[in-house]
Amino acid sequence: MIAAFTITPSFYLILAAILFSIGAVGLLVRRNVIVMFMCVELMLNAVNLTFVSFAKALNDVGGQVLVFFTLVVAAAEVAVGLGIIVAIFRRRRDATADDLRTLEG
Amino acid sequence: MTPPISTPSINWLAISPEIALAAAGVVMVMLRSVLRRRPITMPLCVVVAISGVVAAGAVEYRLWQVVDHHRAISTVAGMVRVDLFGIFLGVVVLGATLMTLLLSVAYLRREGLDAPEYLALVLLSAAGMLAMTTANDLIVVFLALEVLSIPLYVLAAFDRRRLSSQEAGIKYFVLGAFSSAIFLYGVALTYGATGTTSLTGIASFLAHNTLLDQGTLLAGIAFLLVGLGFKVAAVPFHMWTPDVYQGAPTPITAFMSAATKAAGFAALLRVFGVAFPLYRADWRPAVFALAVLSLVVGSVAAVVQTDVKRMLAYSSIAHAGYILIGFQTATSRGREAALLYLFVYSFMTVGAFAVLTVATRRGDDRHSLDDYRGLALERPIVGGLLIFFVLAQAGIPFTGGFIAKLEVFSAAAQAHQYVLLVIGVLAAVVTAYFYLRIAYTVLTPGEETSSAKPLETPRRVDVWSGLVLVACAALVLVVGVVPGVFVHWARDATFLL
Repeated sequence: MIAAFTITPSFYLILAAILFSIGAVGLLVRRNVIVMFMCVELMLNAVNLTFVSFAKALNDVGGQVLVFFTLVVAAAEVAVGLGIIVAIFRRRRDATADDLRTLEG
Repeated sequence: MTPPISTPSINWLAISPEIALAAAGVVMVMLRSVLRRRPITMPLCVVVAISGVVAAGAVEYRLWQVVDHHRAISTVAGMVRVDLFGIFLGVVVLGATLMTLLLSVAYLRREGLDAPEYLALVLLSAAGMLAMTTANDLIVVFLALEVLSIPLYVLAAFDRRRLSSQEAGIKYFVLGAFSSAIFLYGVALTYGATGTTSLTGIASFLAHNTLLDQGTLLAGIAFLLVGLGFKVAAVPFHMWTPDVYQGAPTPITAFMSAATKAAGFAALLRVFGVAFPLYRADWRPAVFALAVLSLVVGSVAAVVQTDVKRMLAYSSIAHAGYILIGFQTATSRGREAALLYLFVYSFMTVGAFAVLTVATRRGDDRHSLDDYRGLALERPIVGGLLIFFVLAQAGIPFTGGFIAKLEVFSAAAQAHQYVLLVIGVLAAVVTAYFYLRIAYTVLTPGEETSSAKPLETPRRVDVWSGLVLVACAALVLVVGVVPGVFVHWARDATFLL
């Protein structure tokens, strides 16, 4: 039998920490710029989950409000980031970080 | 039954500098969409941009009078706090912004990039930096960080014809977004540990409560330090700096190295000085490591570079190390030294990059040391100014660079940080070597056989860039000759609470 247990906020916090780590490691090891970009989004959403879990644990609505700020910022970043990626795509048919080697030294 | 929503009272004067800059930016974008490509658009936008900065400066002066006579203004539910510290760094940011705008006018014409959006993005970024200098809440710090960073990603990639510029943009974007996410995670963990994001709230919570579990808060502090470490380009979070500084349009490099660093240190000093003074035993060793690494890596790596922009990028990393020494002492003397260093450094670095802007030809891509050979012989004033700015950065007496380094060293000695003091002096010796190498190169004639005679067409420097060069040189010189008044301002600005 599976023992009954209650899901506490720390479960969500640990999940968020795992998601954040996946995002951070992914950003460092993946070479495709679009995938790196998705990893940043994963990190930001892990932070959102952390905020909401803490807000629930602390019984404070403030943390949930902060999530909206994060969402807005993430949306603005997506717009700018994709714009830069499209600009690079126009010049070359590829978007991997390894190709971006004009600047090296 | 829902209770009425109460909004916080807002002291509009206190946030007017940000409003002036943001409004000028929005007006420019509107002018652009209404007037399109008429010849009048660009001059009009330049006027709007400069008046926006001047208006913000005037408000800062008024705020300085108010704050000096009364006390710090805390507004928007305590999220914004205007004190002498914020005003001091706000003035540094505005000065760097004005210099960047003046420098960009001729640059944009030469490069054929006439676009009012460029000026609008500079102003929006500067608005974020000003918000950063007065932020008194971690969420405001985060928002200001993003408002200043997002326009800079675009500006770094602004030169569409140059692949290196686009590369700089994407690299800055990926690492900037990464550091913002790390910073935000730090905010979340700090919020979880203390139940608030207000800096003063965190400080009073920590003063009155004993945390059962220190881990969450310490992890939060570490993440905050890493996130801000990226922004001020402290080693080991500096990887983006040389690439981005080299690839970005040169006026933007000047803007990033001066204003972004001032804003980043504003956040570092305020967050750690106001919210976590009780945990200084925990964060000071980490800052110690950052300072030592920045000094060592910045000065040693600069020696082996062959591109002048990359050299100055590494030298800015070394400068960050000196400012971190002042921050590490966690005394008001150290903060004073850090503020003075930021002030002097901003104008030294803007001046140096301004010389690079006017010395190169159309294309903005010939910045190797060989391209600068003989510059001082062909164009004595421009070359002479470059020598002056690199010598000032090396810390030659009678320049601001000397006073700034002296203040940092005496603050370190007063705080008994002798290891930092010795490493700082050694790093100054190493950096002096490559500054002198630049000066020597500029003074030696180039080989006649060299096919690359890039600076062959000495043009007259346009009046606005000339103004920037003269203003930066004059400021650096004045701080070096009569340091008293500037030291006094920096001292007044150290009281955070």
